[in-house]
Formats: sequence, structure tokens, C-alpha cells
Amino acid sequence: MVIAKNITKRFPGVTALDNICMELFPGKVSAIIGENGAGKSTLMKIFSGVHTEYEGEIILNDNPVHFSSTKDAEAAGIAIIHQELNLVPYLTITENIFLGSELVNTWGVLDKKKMQEKAKQLLKRLNLDIDPNTKISSLKVGQQQLIEIAKALHVDAAIIIMDEPTSAISDKEVDNLFSIIAELKNQGKTIAYISHKLNELFQIADRFIVMRDGATVNSGEMKNTNHDELIQMMTGRKILIQRSESVLERDKELLQLKNICLKNAANRSENILHNISFNLHQGEIIGIYGLMGAGRTELMETIFGLHPKLSSGEITINDRPIKLQSASHAINEGIVLVPEDRKLQGLSIGQPVRPNMSITILKQLERWGIMLNKKREMEVSRQYIQQLAIKTSSTETIVKNLSGGNQQKIVLAKWLAKKPKVLLLDEPTRGIDINAKSEIYKLIKQLASEGMGIIVVSSELPEILAVSDRILVMCEGELTADILANEATEAGILKYAIHKN
Amino acid sequence: MQAITATYKNQFARFQSLIALLVLCIVLSILTDKFFTADNGLNVLRQTAVNICIATGMTLIVLTAGIDLSVGSVLALCGAIAAGLLKNGIKIPSADLFIGFTILGVVLAGILIGAALGFFNGLVITKFKVPPFVATLAMLTIARGFTMLYTKGQPISNLGSDFAVIGTGWWLGIPVPVWIAALVVLFAGFITQQTRLGRYIYAIGGNETAAKFSGINITKVKITVYAMAGALAAIGGIIVTSRLDSAQPNAGTSYELDAIAAVVIGGTSLSGGKGTVWGTVMGAIIIGVLNNGLVLLNVSPFWQQVVKGGVILLAVIIDKLGEKKE
Repeated sequence: MVIAKNITKRFPGVTALDNICMELFPGKVSAIIGENGAGKSTLMKIFSGVHTEYEGEIILNDNPVHFSSTKDAEAAGIAIIHQELNLVPYLTITENIFLGSELVNTWGVLDKKKMQEKAKQLLKRLNLDIDPNTKISSLKVGQQQLIEIAKALHVDAAIIIMDEPTSAISDKEVDNLFSIIAELKNQGKTIAYISHKLNELFQIADRFIVMRDGATVNSGEMKNTNHDELIQMMTGRKILIQRSESVLERDKELLQLKNICLKNAANRSENILHNISFNLHQGEIIGIYGLMGAGRTELMETIFGLHPKLSSGEITINDRPIKLQSASHAINEGIVLVPEDRKLQGLSIGQPVRPNMSITILKQLERWGIMLNKKREMEVSRQYIQQLAIKTSSTETIVKNLSGGNQQKIVLAKWLAKKPKVLLLDEPTRGIDINAKSEIYKLIKQLASEGMGIIVVSSELPEILAVSDRILVMCEGELTADILANEATEAGILKYAIHKN
Repeated sequence: MQAITATYKNQFARFQSLIALLVLCIVLSILTDKFFTADNGLNVLRQTAVNICIATGMTLIVLTAGIDLSVGSVLALCGAIAAGLLKNGIKIPSADLFIGFTILGVVLAGILIGAALGFFNGLVITKFKVPPFVATLAMLTIARGFTMLYTKGQPISNLGSDFAVIGTGWWLGIPVPVWIAALVVLFAGFITQQTRLGRYIYAIGGNETAAKFSGINITKVKITVYAMAGALAAIGGIIVTSRLDSAQPNAGTSYELDAIAAVVIGGTSLSGGKGTVWGTVMGAIIIGVLNNGLVLLNVSPFWQQVVKGGVILLAVIIDKLGEKKE
């Protein structure tokens, strides 16, 4: 049995787990559910030795343990199957299963025969009819997932954690996975199963544990609950942020999307986005909500022209059809994107504030088309630092040394300087503190009141409700709802995000 | 306070290589009386001029997190073509056509070919996603091969006293190659510090994904930068050819390594986004002074190589230690 006792985990600016307690029982499948950001993955990463610094205690079979690495956790019998697969694509199934625990003969040479024999047995247990010499890269995602499970079986883990194992596999593969889980359960293994798909959980899980804002809010037997009750438990929180009230006169359509589709780069016969259509009005704030993998970020990137070869559909701005072939096209049309990952996509964090801010407007800063007007650049930088209340000691401070909220404001500044018509914001407040959050909300509303059209993508329901005039919900690449914010409830939105139709 | 120390650190980083150079010069002046003379100083600068030209182009590339191994071969090919055109012009017997070239003509032709070779490097790197190391390694061999083909493996010599001015002449008491190197440095310094292109170069090296998300045409910037480096290598090639009054088929061999060494000693990060042309100039002069000083001190050429390697290591280690403290 595994017990998490009063575990608290803080990241810079956010508390991901807040004094959480949880018990996982042997011979049972425990479903761990909660909204994005509830702390599920963080807790699982503590169980499996990925995060090593935290407060509180993990008790494994009556012994307190503290893992200092994933290897440690594995040795103690805990295996995790991550959302993102951790396989080496160019190695074979056998090599992956035995990675780090290779068998050798008396001469110290790899005992390939023995490893292959064992791999074969493992695959057989999983009803996988594949040659263990196959390279991982030539397997389908679902099969890869099963190889992860084979790894867990190989180390003979007593506790197996599965983080969204069915997010990328077909129904048939799901059935296979479930029969394997059932078998593992009968062998007395402890299984933690994280999923957003409630239907699945009623099929496979014995117990449920609902997490919200880094704490356990409820747990019990699966058979004593139902869909709606679970959704209520996931969302029923107090709202800290004031709801959106403003209802502006919005008769002028700014941006129209018609039948936007996006193909999967890895498998072009598959669509990530299916026929998305909606209109954005001048001065309107649309919130787009969806669970992991709903296609929110992909939709933003498509509008911003980052997927010219994979996307189709019509986009018009001010009734003029436009073709978005690249980010610079979109920017020229007045569409800008504050991306999801500011450190990876938004900023050059090793460079100072000023060049990060001015990068979008260098053309306007040119004198005689050649030389940059550095004085003007400095003025613009100072102006935005002041306007957005960015806490930085100077324009020359290296961005890396600023807090997340201030970094995010720099990304905002760099796009506001461009004076856009349409502002796309992907997770604009991820990982930043509550004060910076409310400042950013205020700014968003102010910009809208000045006539900008704004789309906010967020995986946090309170945020969506707080800033939006209108809420669109996405599920598996489709638009499933279009609701006015003042008619929306958290449970209602979540329902559309979980089910298609 | 933090800001003040940060700026202070920046200033220090900027002058780090200058300080190293001064220390080196002082030490050499004490150890040998032949070092600290105007003649020797100009001598060092003249010998360093070619490396400064090449290393300046290399800096632009390294700032985008790229590398160019082909500069030595490009230098040789452009030098050879310039020499060949000057000496023989273009003859097309079938059309009974002969085109002769002036010195200015061959210089421009050489630079143009260098730029074209660099353009090709950039094209392969951006359009076909070939890593810069591999693409320019291939160009290193290809350009050397073409040099051999063009020269038939023989030097092209006796180019005339007018052409020799480029490599051996003096103007206002300073060697012409030093003037050329100074112009190159000014030009590259202007590009990197004062223009949009310069900002894009730093932005791409700092974070290419963010640059793409900012709407920067990465392909265009990278191709421009590789073409510039090719052109600068060609200028180096013309200086070398003129100084020797001869285009050697194996000219410029391993010059790319000296150029990279100058860039690295000058504090430019090989992972891109950090560094200056000024630093590279200091790096190149440090290498030049070191070569010169070791000769004056009668150190064996074998030991010279060991010392040079040691200095490169030391420079990078000091840089890394500074980074960690941040």
C-alpha cells in the first residue's frame, strides 16, 4: 500500500500540491481525476522519483521512503508510464525493455538471446504479436504504450502508475490494455490510473480520488458515484476572480474562421482539428477551453500561420480573405500570438529585456531603412515597462533573471508594441503568481475595450470564466460548445470538454 | 544593486579579452625587447588581418548558433580564381572571345564567388535542414577540389606589382591588409550592433523558436549570414594571394580552425546569441601576438601549437566559470 501524507510541492510562483493526502490500495485500480493543473501529474512524479524535493512523506508498506531518482523508485517497485513516452525510438523493443538493466554473460558481453527470450515472453503476456527486434520508431503509439507497460512488468513493479495511457490509442488497443490492467489487478498490483475520460474510469477503476487545486477533495468507491457527481467534485471551487460582466456593443466582425482543419504531421490521414468555425468581433474576448489534447494550441498556431502545409479552411479579417503562409503573414495582417511556452517560444531568455521587446517592431525603428534608432527603441521599451508595470531594474536586465509574471509581460509588450488587431493568448497566466495574473486579466479587458479582438486559450476554468465574454469549448479537435460567459457554469463547460456531443 | 553588478559584469566580459591581450603584451615586452616595437606591432597586425576577415564572418555565423568549416577552402578557391582571371582572363576560343579583367574586376569576381559559395551553404542548411557542421564540411572538400581542378594543382604566380599592393602595400604608415581588416570589422560591427539584420542574428542564436514565433524569416537571415562569411573568406583569399604574389592550391588549409579559435577566445558562445565582433578581433590578435611572441622567444613550433591549444581551452573555461556564477 502506498500512502502520501501531507505532501506539499512548490514551484516558483505556484504551489502545485498543497498538503495532499492519498492512499492507493493493492489489488485495486484507483482512478485519479481532476482538471488540468489539479496536481495529478506532479503527485505521480513524486511517487516515481522524478520530483525529489517536496515536503511531507510517502509511506510504502508501512515504511517511510524518499526517492532520490526514478531508479530508486523503480527499485522499490514503483513504475510510471508517462503521458509522454520514454522510449528510445531507434533501439529495438528488447533493447528498450532492458535499457539500464542489460543482461550479460560470464564474459561481460550482452546476452542477447536471453534478453530476447524474456522480451518475447513479456510481449506474449500483453497479447502483442510483434518481433522483439522491431525498432520502437516503427511501432504505432498504442503499441509503444504497451511496451512501456512491458517495461513495468519486466521490473516486476508492484505499483504501476499510468498517466493518460489511452490518450493516443484506438478502441481495440484500449480493450487490450484494460484486460491487461484487470490481470495485473488480480495479481495484487497497485494501480493508479489518471484519465480525463470518465467513461473509461467507470469501466476499469475500483476507486476514485478527485483532486482539485493541489489537494484531494474526495475519494470513494467508483460504484457509489456517477458522472455528474464526479464533475461537480472536480469543479466545485470558490471563484477567486471576478467574473466577466462587460457586454459591449459588438456588431463588427473582426476575424472569421470557416472550416479550419489541421492534419497530424506524423500521420496525415488523421486530423487534429476538425472543421472549426467561429467569428471574433471587435472588442470581444473569446475564451477557449479544452482538456489536454483537445487541439487548443494547435488552433492558435494555425490561425497564426505556423502550419501552412497541414491546415485548410478560410480565414477572413475585416471581411477580407487572407492566406496565412507564415507567422510574418499573420503579423502583417495584425494577428499576433503570445505562445504557450514563453521560455521556449516567446523569449530569448539569455538576452536583455530591450531587444526581446523590440524584436517585433525593428522595422519601424529603422532610420533611412538601414540603422536602428536606438534612442527610440529605448523610449518604447521604457514606455511598456511602465505601462505594464514590469518589475525590472533596467531595460538591460537579462530576461532569465525576472519572475515568470514579468517575463510574460515582456512577451505581451513585444506584441502590443506591434499594435495588433487580433491578440491570441495561449495560456497567458501559466505558472505565474496571482497578482500578476489579475494584472494580466485587467490588461486583457482594457485592450478589448479599446477594440482589440482577443482569444484566450486556457486550461483553467476560473480563468476562462473570469476573462471571457464568450466561451468556446473544444474536445478532441472539435468545437463542442459556444456559450455566453454569463450563462456558463464550470460543470457545464467541463461536460462539453469531456464528451463529444 | 543587482543591476549595477550585472552591468559591471557585462562591461568586464566585454573587456575580458582586451585585458587578456594587454597582459600578454606586457609579459612579452618584459621577456623580449624585440616585441614592443612599432614595426613588430604592425607586423603582427598584418599577419592577423586575414584571420580577422575570416573570423569576423565566422562570428556572424556562430552568433546564429551555426558554424562554417569551409572558409579555408573558399578562401583558396576565390584567391585562385581571382589570380587566374587576372593573369589569363576568360578565353572562349570557339567564339573567338577574350575578356580581360582589371584588378578591381578580379577582386569583385572573387568576392562574388565567395558569397555564392556561402549562399549555397546557407541554402543547404536552411532548405534541406542539413546541420551546418556537415553542410560546410562537405563544402570544405568540394571547394578544395575545385581549387585543385582550377589550378591543376599548380600555383598561379607572377600577378604583377599593382595586385601585390593589396597584400604588401602601405597607406598612411599602416599595411593595406590592416586597413582592409579594419573596414571589414567596422562593417560587421555596424551590421551586428546597428541594424535589424544584426538583431535578427542575435535573436535566432538566442532562441530560434522564439524568433520564428516573432515572424522572423530565419531562412533569409541565415542565408545572408553564410553568404557574408563566404564573401569575407574571399577577401581573405585575395589578401593571401596578393601577399604571396601567387595563388597556392593548398592555401588556407585549416584556417577555419584559427578563425573558430579567435571567435571562441573572443568570448562568443558556440551555442549562439552571445558575443561580439569586437571580441573576435581581440581573439584573433591574441592568437597573432601569441604566435609572434613564441617565435621571438625561440619556442619550438611544436610547443607553439601546444600553447595555442591551451589558450583556447583556458579562454572557454574562464567563460564557462563566469556563466555559472550568473
